[in-house]
Amino acid sequence: MNKTWNNKAWFLVLPVMLLVMFSAVIPLMTVVNYSVQDTFGNNVFFWAGTEWFEQMLNSRRFWDAMGRNLAFSFIVLAIQIPLGVFIALNMPRKGWGVPVCLVLMALPLLIPWNVVGTIWQVFGRIDIGLLGHTLAALGIDYNYVRDPVDAWITVVLMDVWHWTSLVVLLCYAGLVSIPDAYYQAARIDGASRWAIFRYIQLPKMKRVLTIAILLRFMDSFMIYTEPFVVTGGGPGNSTTFLSIDLVKMAVGQFDLGPAAAMSIIYFLIILLMSWVFYTVMTNYDSER
Amino acid sequence: MTLTWMAWTWPTAVFFATIFLLLAAMCVWEYVSPGGNPRFGILRFETTRGDRLFVSLLGSAFIHLAWLGLVGPNLWWALALSVVYAIGVFRYV
Amino acid sequence: MAGAKDTTMTLRDGAATTPAAREGQGTIDRTMRRRGAESRFWWLVPTIYIIFLMLPIYWLINMSFKTNIEITGTFSLWPQNPTLRNYMVIFTDASWYSGYINSILYVAINTVLSVAVALPAAYAFSRYRFLGDKHLFFWLLTNRMAPPAVFALPFFQLYSAFGLIDTHIAVALAHCLFNVPLAVWILEGFMSGVPKEIDETAYIDGYSFPRFFVKIFMPLIASGIGVAAFFCFMFSWVELLLARTLTTTAAKPIAATMTRTVSASGLDWGVLAAAGVLTLIPGALVIYFVRNYIAKGFALGRV
Repeated sequence: MNKTWNNKAWFLVLPVMLLVMFSAVIPLMTVVNYSVQDTFGNNVFFWAGTEWFEQMLNSRRFWDAMGRNLAFSFIVLAIQIPLGVFIALNMPRKGWGVPVCLVLMALPLLIPWNVVGTIWQVFGRIDIGLLGHTLAALGIDYNYVRDPVDAWITVVLMDVWHWTSLVVLLCYAGLVSIPDAYYQAARIDGASRWAIFRYIQLPKMKRVLTIAILLRFMDSFMIYTEPFVVTGGGPGNSTTFLSIDLVKMAVGQFDLGPAAAMSIIYFLIILLMSWVFYTVMTNYDSER
Repeated sequence: MTLTWMAWTWPTAVFFATIFLLLAAMCVWEYVSPGGNPRFGILRFETTRGDRLFVSLLGSAFIHLAWLGLVGPNLWWALALSVVYAIGVFRYV
Repeated sequence: MAGAKDTTMTLRDGAATTPAAREGQGTIDRTMRRRGAESRFWWLVPTIYIIFLMLPIYWLINMSFKTNIEITGTFSLWPQNPTLRNYMVIFTDASWYSGYINSILYVAINTVLSVAVALPAAYAFSRYRFLGDKHLFFWLLTNRMAPPAVFALPFFQLYSAFGLIDTHIAVALAHCLFNVPLAVWILEGFMSGVPKEIDETAYIDGYSFPRFFVKIFMPLIASGIGVAAFFCFMFSWVELLLARTLTTTAAKPIAATMTRTVSASGLDWGVLAAAGVLTLIPGALVIYFVRNYIAKGFALGRV
C-alpha cells in the first residue's frame, strides 16, 4: 500500500508514545544511572565509574548464566521447530477436528506462567507426580530436585509442552493459506510427498517459520517464571538463567550497581536481536 | 514526589542529552532533506540514515563493552574507535 | 478448506476460493486424506500431541479433587474420594478469591487502555508515512522483546514516586509496556488489509475523522480489535514478575498468592492445584472465540 506523507499522524501516535515512555524510558535511564554508582541504600549514591561493567564482563557467574541461556534457547528451538512443523503438516484441514485441535493445542499458551511451573513441579515429583512416579516405577533414577541433568530435562520438556503449540499454530496458518490449485497441480504432475513439502508447503511456511524462530528465540532468552517455580535455579546454579540471576541479584541481594550493569548488557543483546528481527520482517514485507 | 531515587549524575545526564541532541539533529536533517537517503549498502538491504545512526550507536555500545572486558578501563580509545566505526557505517552501510 | 472459517484466516490473500476451485473439491479431499505419508493414520500425530498436552493438566485437575491425605498417601490415577473441599477453601477465604478479583481487574483495565491508545496509533502506521515512523515502530517492538527483569529493578521506585504502588492501575500501566506494542502490531496488520479507498470515499462523503473511525472503520476491523484485546488479556493474565513486584496486599494477583502459599504452608497441594485449575478457566473460555485468529495474532497480524 502506498502511504501518504503526513506528519500530523504524530498526534495519533502521541498517546502510545507517552504511555510506553513512562514505563520504558524512565526505568531505562534509572538503570543507566545505577550502573555507574554504588549505594548502601537510602538513596545515597557514590560514583563508581565503569567498575560494575568490568566486574560483570569478567565474572564467571555472568558468562555461565549467558551460556546456559544460549544452550537452552538452542535446545528448545532444535526440538520445537521440527516438531511444530511435523504436527502442523498432520493437522486436519477441515471438519470438526479443526476447532478441537486449535483450542486444545492453544490451551497451554493461556496458562499463567507460574501455574505452568506449578503444573510441572507437581507432575515431575516422584512421590505425587504422574511423570516422576511412573519413571520411578519403571526403575529410572529421576529426580529434578537433586540431579542437574534431570532438572534440565524437566525444564526443556516443560518449555516444549508450553510453546510448541505456538510453532504449530503459526505453521498451520501458513499451510491453510495455500490455494487448493497448488495441490491439484502437484497431483497431476504425480509429485511425491517430499516434493509437495519441499516445493509447495515449505516456501509458503517460510515467512511464518521466520516469525516462529525469532519469537521463540527471544522469548526463551528471557525465560524467568517457569524454571524459577520448578527448580528455583537449582540444583546448585544449573538452571540459573540470565533473568533469574538478575532478579536474584537485584531483589535478593540488593546489589543495585552490578544488577544494573547486567541489565544494560542484557538489554543491548536483546536490542541487537530485535533489530535483526525487525530488519528481517520489514524486508519480507517489502518483498511482498 | 521526589526524583532522588533516579540518582542522576553529570556523566549520565550528558550521555542522555547527547542522545537526545543526536535525535533532534536527525529530525532537523530529515526536515532539511527529506527521504532519509535510502540505499543498499554492504549489508545488502535498504538502510536510511536513521538506520545508520542506530547501527552506529548500537555498535559503539558493543565496542565499549568489548574494550572494557578485553583491554581495560580507559574508554577514550574505545570512543575513538567508535567514532571511526560510525564514520565507516555512515559511509558504507 | 472451502469453509468460511478457513478463509477468514487468509484475509490478506483475498477471496481464496473461486467457483473453479470448488469444482475439484472431491478430488482435493481425497488428496488431502492421502497426504499424511499416504496412510490412514495421520490423525495419530495430533492425537498423541494433544494427549501429551493434556496429561499434566489432567493431573492438576485430578489433584484438585483429592484430599491432601490421598495426594501424599496413595497414588491413584483418579480421585478415590472426590472432594470439593479445596475449591471451598478458595471461595470462602478472602485472601484467595480476592486474588482472582485483583487479577481480573488489572487485566481488564490494561486491555481497555492498551486497545484504546493502540487504535489511533495503528491507524497512523497503516495509512501514513511520517517523520521517524519506522524507528518509532522498532522502538515499540523492542519493548515487547525486552525482558521484564531488566525494567523490574527501578519499577518499584518509579511507581512509588507516583504513589501507585499496590494499586490495580500500577500493574495495568506496567503491562502496557509490552501489550501496547503488541496491540499496535496486531491492529496495524488487520488495518492494512482494509483498502485505502474506503477512507478516501468516506472523507469525500463529508465524514470527519473521528466519525469515520468509529462509524465505518472500527466495524470493518472488529475481528482485529477482538484479537488484539484477546492478546492483551492473555499476556497480562500470564505475566507474574511485574505484577508481583508492584503489589503487596491490596492488588495482589492470584498468581502471586499462589507462590506465597507454596513457600509458607508448602503442603496444601490440594488447594494449590484447585487455585491452578481456576486460573485455566478464563483462558479456556476466551480461546474458543478467537480460535481462527490466534495464529494471526501470534504472528503480530502478519500471516
